[in-house]
Amino acid sequence: MLPAPVQHGTAGAVDVVIIGAGHSGLAMSHCLTERGIDHVLLERGKVANTWRRERWDSLKLLTPNWMCRLPGRDYAGVDPDGYMGTDEVVEFIDDYAARIDAPVRCDTNVTGVSPLAGGYRVQTSRGEYRCRSVVLASGAFNRPLVPNVAAGVPASVRQLTPQNYRNPGQLPAGGVLVVGAAATGLQLADEIHRSGRPVTLSVGEHVRMPRVYRGRDIQWWMLASGLLDECIGAVDDPVRARRVSSPQLVGTEDRTTLDLNVLSRSGVRLAGRLAGIRNGKAQFSGGLRNVCALADLKMNRLLDTLDDWAESTGVHDAVDRVERYEPTRIDATTPLSVDFAGGEIRSIVWATGFRPDYSWLQVPVLDRKGQLVHDKGIVAAPGLYVLGLPFMRRRKSSFIHGAEDDARALTAHLAETLARNAGNAAAPAPGMAG
Amino acid sequence: METQTNKADNGVNVEALLGAREALAEAPEAAKFTWRATSEWLRGTHSRSTIDGFFGLGEEQRHRRQFIFDADHPEIFASEDNGPTPVEYVLVGLVGCLTAGIAAVAQNRDIQLNSVKATLEAGMDVQGILGMDKDIRNGFDGVRVHYDIDADASEDDIAALVAQSQKRSAVFDIMTNPTDVVVTVE
Repeated sequence: MLPAPVQHGTAGAVDVVIIGAGHSGLAMSHCLTERGIDHVLLERGKVANTWRRERWDSLKLLTPNWMCRLPGRDYAGVDPDGYMGTDEVVEFIDDYAARIDAPVRCDTNVTGVSPLAGGYRVQTSRGEYRCRSVVLASGAFNRPLVPNVAAGVPASVRQLTPQNYRNPGQLPAGGVLVVGAAATGLQLADEIHRSGRPVTLSVGEHVRMPRVYRGRDIQWWMLASGLLDECIGAVDDPVRARRVSSPQLVGTEDRTTLDLNVLSRSGVRLAGRLAGIRNGKAQFSGGLRNVCALADLKMNRLLDTLDDWAESTGVHDAVDRVERYEPTRIDATTPLSVDFAGGEIRSIVWATGFRPDYSWLQVPVLDRKGQLVHDKGIVAAPGLYVLGLPFMRRRKSSFIHGAEDDARALTAHLAETLARNAGNAAAPAPGMAG
Repeated sequence: METQTNKADNGVNVEALLGAREALAEAPEAAKFTWRATSEWLRGTHSRSTIDGFFGLGEEQRHRRQFIFDADHPEIFASEDNGPTPVEYVLVGLVGCLTAGIAAVAQNRDIQLNSVKATLEAGMDVQGILGMDKDIRNGFDGVRVHYDIDADASEDDIAALVAQSQKRSAVFDIMTNPTDVVVTVE
């Protein structure tokens, strides 16, 4: 941050700074370009950085390829029903950035965003930007969320998160405790179990779904029935809706369903939510049956909704027959504790979610829980916007294909705000451009 | 948000509960409650506990009247059986909590309850409390709760009431997750 911005020739004054050049930021860039709004994208690494550097080797998208689209660009590959791995996601997003000729400043790490009369000052590792508007497109999954109980894990136990886990080869031989039963936890439990390490999976509340329902990908159903387009304003409890974990899905060639029954049948041991670690012992909740009962009931309600929709639209005759699935089976005795001293568990993978990183945001827009206060992406500070958060405007907001609607809506709002403030003396002085 | 006309009446004031939830979101400090009991040993294994005041919504609160509970052990424990055993009170606490939850959730979902009956069982190997075998725990080796519910709703909707009630139950949480217990003496 020492060099003066002008000397760098990259920083300066611009109408809009987009922080992050992932799919959300690029979708926003496309929409701003369409309206001729001057902007740059600041990217700490390269385009699609998280996909390049912070995810595990076997990761596949939870959505089929045909759903991967960004404004002006549909999936054009040869495998519409497949699921992209990280390399393909990077290629897809990188290719998009090139096609739309996005003004991306790579290797530019944002270190501070603070208010300025009529706009914001954005400090970076490559100088300072002044702008009227900032779009936070740095993602919702920056920092792995590890529960406080981790403090009690003995030093002899290796701990990893989905951010630094790459493959089972990193883990010591012996038992592995995977904590969390969303998509990540199930996928990692499965892969680690296949590597020959005995896996205990700690299961809290979760979302169960079949991969393929009545012959179609479950995501096809979610999209076609309108569920993915559902607005945040239409749900009973928006706070809860935004916190729902990712569904238990995996993207494989044979489009197989990965649920707790599949895992326990293959030998993975299921335990309740990790409730505490005391005196070197992990303690699991005795409520495992209920979280599974809740997930089974919710899955059946979802399938009922989809069946009703199919019935009412005539899709019913075009798809396979109605199916229901075996309730989640729980052993008569579920483990309530594991003693680390016994050597049964040699490593832990915390698949307990991610949260966004706003440590560089010096604008008072976080609530007492550190969550960004915003109304459908319009942050509680003039000219500040956010993109790509789960169920931000619609259920699809954090999906790649969900970026377009949100980016268009926020661009419209942003353009109007810029126009209203045009000529305002308080706006950052022109001539700062480097 | 649409206003819906509630037809079910389970005697639960859901509007008040939802209103409290909204108010407490604004003032989370008021959500901090302290529950209390006092107790005195009488004779043998017989003790008497009193429930009277508690703290909540930022101030001292009182029940409408004092509640008194005698706890003892049955005669086969060489006791006088002046009241239920403490572990039976635990079952009373659990079912009281779950059933209240079922009624509240049913009201919120506009489901009329006609009858809600529960049977509870908890296994215990008393070699634990008698100190005969250190591998046997003092407490329950498991708790089984069975509900018989007659309500104007489908089987799945009734199952969902019971599941949601467990999800939101304080006593279910207390029993299924560890709690720090500090005991001091003077």
